[in-house]
Amino acid sequence: MPADTAPKIHALPSRAAPRQPFPFSAIVGQQAMKQAMVLTAIDPAIGGVLVFGDRGTGKSTAVRALAALLPEIDAVEGCPVNSARADQCPDWAQVTSTQIIRKPTPVVDLPLGVTEDRVVGALDIERALTRGEKAFEPGLLARANRGYLYIDEVNLLEDHIVDLLLDVAQSGENVVEREGLSIRHAARFVLVGSGNPEEGELRPQLLDRFGLSVEVTSPRDVDTRVEVILRRDAYETGYDAFMPDWQAADAALQARILAARAALPALKTPATVLHDCASLCIALGSDGLRGELTLLRAARAQAAFDGDATVGRAHLKAVAVMALSHRLRRDPLDEAGSGVRVVRMLDEVLP
Amino acid sequence: MEWDRITLALNVLAIDPEGVKGLWLRARASAVRDRITTALAALPLPLVRLHPGVADDALYGGLDLSATLATGRPVQSRGLLSSPAALILTMAERVPPGLSARLAHALDTRRHCLIALDEAAEDGEGLPAALTDRLGLFVDLDGLAWSDTTDIFMNINTLSKARARLPSVTLPPDAASALTRAAAELGIRSLRAPLLAMAAARALAAHAGRDTVGDNDLQQAAELIYGHRALPLPDATAQDQPEPPPPDPGEDQAQDMEHQAQSIPEEMLVEAARAALPADLLAQLAAGRAARSAKGATGTGAERGGNRRGRPLPSRPGKLGSGARLDLVATLRAAAPWQPLRRRTAPSDAVLLVRASDIRIKRFVEASDRVLIFAVDASGSAAFARLAEAKGAVELLLAAAYARRDHVALVAFRGTGAEVILPPTRSLVQTKRRLAGLPGGGGTPLAAGMQAAMATATLARARGLTPTIALLTDGRGNIALDGSANRAQAEEDALRLARAIRATGMPAVVIDTANRPQPSLAAMARAMDAPYLALPRADARRLSGVLGAALGG
Repeated sequence: MPADTAPKIHALPSRAAPRQPFPFSAIVGQQAMKQAMVLTAIDPAIGGVLVFGDRGTGKSTAVRALAALLPEIDAVEGCPVNSARADQCPDWAQVTSTQIIRKPTPVVDLPLGVTEDRVVGALDIERALTRGEKAFEPGLLARANRGYLYIDEVNLLEDHIVDLLLDVAQSGENVVEREGLSIRHAARFVLVGSGNPEEGELRPQLLDRFGLSVEVTSPRDVDTRVEVILRRDAYETGYDAFMPDWQAADAALQARILAARAALPALKTPATVLHDCASLCIALGSDGLRGELTLLRAARAQAAFDGDATVGRAHLKAVAVMALSHRLRRDPLDEAGSGVRVVRMLDEVLP
Repeated sequence: MEWDRITLALNVLAIDPEGVKGLWLRARASAVRDRITTALAALPLPLVRLHPGVADDALYGGLDLSATLATGRPVQSRGLLSSPAALILTMAERVPPGLSARLAHALDTRRHCLIALDEAAEDGEGLPAALTDRLGLFVDLDGLAWSDTTDIFMNINTLSKARARLPSVTLPPDAASALTRAAAELGIRSLRAPLLAMAAARALAAHAGRDTVGDNDLQQAAELIYGHRALPLPDATAQDQPEPPPPDPGEDQAQDMEHQAQSIPEEMLVEAARAALPADLLAQLAAGRAARSAKGATGTGAERGGNRRGRPLPSRPGKLGSGARLDLVATLRAAAPWQPLRRRTAPSDAVLLVRASDIRIKRFVEASDRVLIFAVDASGSAAFARLAEAKGAVELLLAAAYARRDHVALVAFRGTGAEVILPPTRSLVQTKRRLAGLPGGGGTPLAAGMQAAMATATLARARGLTPTIALLTDGRGNIALDGSANRAQAEEDALRLARAIRATGMPAVVIDTANRPQPSLAAMARAMDAPYLALPRADARRLSGVLGAALGG
């Protein structure tokens, strides 16, 4: 590059430094996606959400906004795996503090093309080289313990990473046996995935790991689209004026989630609902019993969120599609999608 | 594209790189492209060059191993993404999905802008959709001669003034709605497009020295942002077909039969083909390929040496960098015996004295993904009677490919040429859709179809996939490679290509969809060293037997 065309740096118009993510409540439409995220926030045992759909429909936005809705957790200060009690801290971490602190529920991003080392953890090269110590450098799975693991473009994830995740998700424990290390630590996390089905399918084994699955599409209705654009533009250009109202809405939603969490244990589940769950799953021919369990958990979370004392058929119907559609024995060439089959069965089995 | 509009796009980029996110520049390396990249110096961000193989520690920073070893204390390197920058991505058509996802994330969350230099030459190459959706501007230099262009003068003062004005530029109340509606009408589904258009409109107004966005700005913004996004969907309707060449006298009767078959509903034929095709064709193909492993193909895809993942191989001495991973234990083991000696010659208080010669690099071997390329005859002779059955057969193979996590690609040939309907993908939804919309009619350019299939396969192989070609035709090739209706020439061309496919060593299978098995097609399959399968109205069991024999399994 000749000297006279060397880059000249000019200041950009000043824009606020780090910002909060786009508020969850400000996402227009996409009810199913928002419902699924709220349910999994109420009861993490439901087991995560898979969001599949078109580009630019707010999938990533919703997941990044979810973090603001999640209640804080108690964890031992300085523990790399967010242990709740001092005696649960792994030995290798050499946690000295016994102080319990409150911190936000971890939401950890698992980027595509991530190396195995980064996911499971590896030998701490820095310490090995400089101090000659054999130490473990925890990976993403350690950070995600007791929290959420978010995988964008989950369908493009490389197969060997998927295998690894499946294994850990099944056992709830991360075992590292490599480079002379022998380490294990708890890794219980909720998987949240998003992707675009046009770019590739998801392996059925991984699909099954997600409690709920929702499909999102771009809104077809022009007014909705305009509303989306207006809110996003307000966020981009008028951040300070835009945020307070929506943050208040998010806070209200978080309070409702906390109330639902508290109400969950006392919730009554009549035998008829169990019966409904079972007959629906039998009629759909879903594999295994995970379908029933997820359906029931999701229905209970829905009832708690609605402020009802008893789980009813209405709650079951409200969550059936997202809890079951991805568990059906899939005809890969069925264009209508399995969601339609679930709706049809719902009408037949639970009139 | 006109040079004026390109200049305008560059000005918009220079005024608000963060708002319009970047530029997708589609051009081969040329003097004209250099004129554009030179103009990028006016961007208010430092220019940072990236290449498709850029490693994570270069992007995000990390421990600088060489420096750490040399100094004996941890030396951290700074990542390219750690501060706002104009990222210039060279050879953007070869960006792997992992990198494109990272860059997409960087564009979403940080104050970067990306200039993607896309040098795509072949169909099927190109910038990943995750990036094309996010980058606001697009410039294509195709067909632009040097004489049409001038040096781009970016007026630094004007740009600085425009940038200072930008925060105060307001949009008229209905602008957002108008831009969104326009996008919807153009069939642009992504909601990022209207947002980018709004940013561009603001930058244009600031450039013109106005405080309010005018109609003219909106129009220009729509041109810049929507122009390349409003691509029509690949149309599935049949177009006007040139008349198929005059059939051979012997074909008359067959043609009559084909016309009668036309009245049968397509679904029925799809079902019929489902029943007629052995379900385990793919499995058998794989078995056949294993038998042909002398040609370099194996049942699970060819192995290739890599240095990042896969099954580990013994480590070997090497140099750090270019994504290589250090085998620490082996390195330490190599260094250990020399410690006392080194301590004597070079007194140091470091715990460990490691020299470059000790460094051991990890090596892995991984199996590459496989891709199944369907070359489907959609000519008039095939279309009426057998196209639906061929589609059924492909669907059946697709279902098997899905179960095996293979990629699939679709090439159709009819009329005077062949077309890659779908580049290699794992998306069944898309394949199914394109397949359903595949129109039929016209002559049978068999040679052109084989050529396109071979090109797709070669491209896939260059990308590290292991291709297999499945050719579905009724074998009556009557259009030569040059598009002329010369039957003799057509057959010679097809035979030539069959030999060429054999020479590449790529596994293939020929499926005959004619009413009666074609001896000429069987001969061609032999020339291709590919198993030959007739798919007449035979029962599934017999076909399965034939298939088993053909594949030597």
